[in-house]
Amino acid sequence: MYNFEYRQAQSVADAAKAVGADEEAKLLAGGMTLIPTLKQRLAKPSDLIDLGGIAELKGIKREGNAVVIGAMTRHVEVATSDVVKGAIPALSHLAEGIGDPQVRNRGTIGGSIANNDPAADYPAAVLGLNATVITNKRRIAADDFFKAMFETALAADEIVTAVSFPVPEKAGYAKFPNPASRYAVVGVLVARTGGAVRVAVTGAGPVVFRQKEMEAALGKSWSADAIAGVKQSAGGLNSDIHASAEYRAHLVTVMAKRAVAAAG
Amino acid sequence: MATVTLTVNGKSVTATVEPRTLLVQLLREQLALTGTHVGCDTSQCGACVVHVNGDSVKSCTMLAVQANGAQVTTIEGLATGDKLHPMQEAFRENHGLQCGFCTPGMVMSAVDFAKHHKSPTEQQIREWLEGNICRCTGYHNIVKAIKAGTEAMGRTA
Amino acid sequence: MSATGIGAPVRRKEDSRFLTGRGTYTDDINRPGQVHAFLLRSPHAHAELRRVDTTSAKAAPGVLAVFAGADMQVGGLPCGWLIHSKDGNPMAEPPHPVLAQGKVRHVGDPIAVVIAETRAQAKDAAELIVVDYQPLPAVVAGEDALKPGAPQLHEQAKGNLCYDWHLGDKQAVDAAFAKAAHVTRLDIVNNRLVANPMEPRAAIGEYDRASGEYTLYTTSQNPHVIRLLMGAFVLQLPEHKLRVVAPDVGGGFGSKIYHYAEEAIVTWAAPHVGRPIKWTAERGESFASDAQGRDHVTHAELALDKDGKFLALRVATIANLGAYLSTFSTAIPTYLYGTLLAGTYTTPAVYVEVKSAFTNTVPVDAYRGAGRPEACYVIERIVDTAARELKIDPAELRRRNFIPKDAYPYQTPVALTYDSGDYFTTLDMAMKAADYAGFAQRREAAAKRGKLRGIGIATYIEACGIAPSAVAGALGARAGLYETAELRVHPTGSVTVFTGTHSHGQGHETTFAQLVSDRLGLPLEMIDVVHGDTNKIPFGMGTYGSRSLPVGGSALVKAMDKVVNKGKKIAAHLLEAAEADIEFKDGKFSVAGTDRNVAFGQVAFAAYVPHNYPIEELEPGLDETAFYDPKNFTYPAGCHIAEIEIDRDTGDVAVVRFTAADDFGRIINPMIVEGQVHGGLAQGIGQALYENAVYSDDGQLVTGSFMDYCMPRADNLPSFDVATHATLCTHNPLGVKGCGEAGAIGAPAAIMNAVADALAPLGIGSLDMPATPERIWRAIAAKTMPQAA
Repeated sequence: MYNFEYRQAQSVADAAKAVGADEEAKLLAGGMTLIPTLKQRLAKPSDLIDLGGIAELKGIKREGNAVVIGAMTRHVEVATSDVVKGAIPALSHLAEGIGDPQVRNRGTIGGSIANNDPAADYPAAVLGLNATVITNKRRIAADDFFKAMFETALAADEIVTAVSFPVPEKAGYAKFPNPASRYAVVGVLVARTGGAVRVAVTGAGPVVFRQKEMEAALGKSWSADAIAGVKQSAGGLNSDIHASAEYRAHLVTVMAKRAVAAAG
Repeated sequence: MATVTLTVNGKSVTATVEPRTLLVQLLREQLALTGTHVGCDTSQCGACVVHVNGDSVKSCTMLAVQANGAQVTTIEGLATGDKLHPMQEAFRENHGLQCGFCTPGMVMSAVDFAKHHKSPTEQQIREWLEGNICRCTGYHNIVKAIKAGTEAMGRTA
Repeated sequence: MSATGIGAPVRRKEDSRFLTGRGTYTDDINRPGQVHAFLLRSPHAHAELRRVDTTSAKAAPGVLAVFAGADMQVGGLPCGWLIHSKDGNPMAEPPHPVLAQGKVRHVGDPIAVVIAETRAQAKDAAELIVVDYQPLPAVVAGEDALKPGAPQLHEQAKGNLCYDWHLGDKQAVDAAFAKAAHVTRLDIVNNRLVANPMEPRAAIGEYDRASGEYTLYTTSQNPHVIRLLMGAFVLQLPEHKLRVVAPDVGGGFGSKIYHYAEEAIVTWAAPHVGRPIKWTAERGESFASDAQGRDHVTHAELALDKDGKFLALRVATIANLGAYLSTFSTAIPTYLYGTLLAGTYTTPAVYVEVKSAFTNTVPVDAYRGAGRPEACYVIERIVDTAARELKIDPAELRRRNFIPKDAYPYQTPVALTYDSGDYFTTLDMAMKAADYAGFAQRREAAAKRGKLRGIGIATYIEACGIAPSAVAGALGARAGLYETAELRVHPTGSVTVFTGTHSHGQGHETTFAQLVSDRLGLPLEMIDVVHGDTNKIPFGMGTYGSRSLPVGGSALVKAMDKVVNKGKKIAAHLLEAAEADIEFKDGKFSVAGTDRNVAFGQVAFAAYVPHNYPIEELEPGLDETAFYDPKNFTYPAGCHIAEIEIDRDTGDVAVVRFTAADDFGRIINPMIVEGQVHGGLAQGIGQALYENAVYSDDGQLVTGSFMDYCMPRADNLPSFDVATHATLCTHNPLGVKGCGEAGAIGAPAAIMNAVADALAPLGIGSLDMPATPERIWRAIAAKTMPQAA
């Protein structure tokens, strides 16, 4: 690790000011990706601004027909929250499958989506459930948030404060994990919310994406069989020693079917 | 440099660290608590698991400065005098360790597991251990030990 | 059986310290004034070093010294086994420099060392070293390295060939094939593995100016071997000035046998900086510098007669040795592989050819099993393939060819003489425990759930406790293969055992104490076992090849014999009886046929306080040392049965059941033995399904961390059903055979035979390890939807 300056932000405004004033500064949430990155000397921030002490960023609450999760809420809290389990069991199931218990005890939803790792689980939930990302500046629709591999719509001094998930009628998540890292090779979240169907795929491509053909098929008939014949194109998908693009494309259909089955 | 004050195994400690110092480095190199080990550099092996404010975490993936004000328990803080913690005793009785290197992290992870499960299934134990790699035991006896240790903790709780 | 003697599942003495965080591993040791070393390693697989400029690094904060290859002119790392090729020529043995000399040959090859006050400073400064690389083309596969026009690694190894070795009677094999009713052919790859003990390697070098003594603390399976190799060959330090300590070591599996550059570097540099120097590998460095395992490409042919009797086996293997010769690398694909190719069968003729190649990859050496898993895999895969081709049940085909129970000692056509065994019983035991008979129903039930279920058998044999020294020496070994034990009886009757073997998870402190408790009748609290320090232990060859109990345990028995014999003389004096009338049993020396006796402790006291003592005939003291050189290998054997289910949609394989029935000879501690089997099975299943060291064409290790190298986790494995059946080793005093490697030897073939069984109904032939989901999905897709694959 290269050396850096560290400080705990007292408020979101304080953090935004600090990170806005210095383009070499980085925000530290749960640190589950950032700290390993620093250990490998793949990043050299001048300052780390720790969001861990800001109480307003933590917590889960039901607001009307949405579940709002503070950015610094840990995966374990989403996985075990009665509010989430009651309203969006697919989301607690997804959170329960992120990393391992120790990662879930530190990692946060805000950190995960701001990082936008192509193999992370949460982007599938945000996109598939048509969530709204709330920042210190604005509300960003899921469709506008994830831009490219490790790139989001966030400005330099913009901080995710919460994510608001509309409560779906049905939702399910299924993933095929990388056998070594346990990140998603392919993860598919399917949801029907207010009559509209979304199918969000993580792991397969450089950034989470919607599988529109499956959405259309499920819109007509909500069943695993309805999408059995929908083939994901391998074009543009990721390829590595664990899974080629062709295999990932195949798994998109398999996982989508399983997600539908899980959604009931 | 930064100053951190935390409680480790019930004792208050204050240390001066570089911001880049990991919690595991503080424990091993400054506090001489070498029971917590480092087995990888990608946060996967779990040899470094300790409890921070009651939750199991990987001390190789947390900065020492992030533990300022925290309650930290390491493997050295588990036994009461010469009396092993029920989970330690279960590992001994079930031969849940061989070389002993992954053991501290494994035991600390298991103690956290036991807090959330009263009568666990083998599958629950195996899934919980996703973040703890053992190269010696094939996990067979670790799983047995955690089952027995969890049940013993339930009895004494 | 006593509660603490042979056969008792005694809970381990070493566990209290490991469970409370009080183990002392090398990186836990901090010497006064200690500084830290960091190695700059090559990012290229093959390159000339035009310039290495350490000027800026030397000036960096906290830096005490920087050394590159030009600064460290010492001997190269030696190879411990000289192999001769078919044509009688000695193998190519190119230099293996401690720090690169003009050229780097694999990613991770060390170029320079930075020594600084802190590890972070050393690492910071290493980034300031300027290296001008001239990259060269690289070659990573053994077959490719041997092709004309391949990039050449060493001047001393033309065509990258280390040796072209063979064993067996080629003419007899050719003749048998000419008259065979059936020939089965198989091409298989034994995938390269990374041992990955959970403790990364570490070393601390220290120099005492007052005494001129060097001390090396290191993560080694054999500290005396390191002292010999480093002292005599690399640094030219006499042994009486060099102490090597291997304290608690967190697993080895072979990878900590060898002498590594970092050990020599910290020892050599300690007097230069005048401070103790610690180096600890990061896991990424372990991947780039720990010797790796396996990596064979093999073509095999099995000739059978019309009744399914094996007539001959013909095997041609290319072994990848990596960029340099590691300590025992040359012996693994030869004397620990070719000699095992008879397996458990009466195959009368076997011929094997092995070409070993240098490549731009991390050196390859012994990894749990070492040569024997590769041999077992060849035999057991081809036997299963033959059974399928001939429509004979695979268990039945094996039975038809097993060495009969009454045929021991049995001379194989590939040099070994098996002393004892009973492969029929372990096969029967495993089949019964695995409910082999009920498999068809389980397969049907699985099919209803959309799963492909398969069952696979592997019967294996291994050769453990490599020996005798004279024979090994004649075959090229450059070291002895005996073991040493000292039994120091203290004046009040407690005992310290000093063993030249080394425990890094095997539980010697308990097992060896049980041997003493059993023989001397002492409680375990009175017995301590010391290992891992060349200043304490007379000598030793360490622990590898399941040798500790067969060889080290036998040495301990000899030392106990000497103690008891001397004790009888002392007791005879104390009891005023003839020595010939003294018996020793249950911790007492007694006069035969009487109730007159003295306890072991009284005899010990008399030996150290010789007031009433036969001082004219006998020296005082009760401290005996024994060396034991075995007459033969031991031959553990057994049967493993795997049952797997394949998810047709994803290709994912789940191991749903695993049964092992093993013959390890006499068992000292069944609890520890079962644990050894479990661990070996996990590594064997890991090889078959998960683990693979993958290099890109330009020599980068793609699987260079746990993010990509798939270590088996708890949820990848089932609970195991293990049992033992003993036929005793006939030539060592304990009748023991060794158990450390068995699991890793039988499991890969059992799993892959099960995979083949599951896929056979789809017409899918042999697949290579690891049987990853994509590999299986592609095989299924190619048969069921050809357009998809």
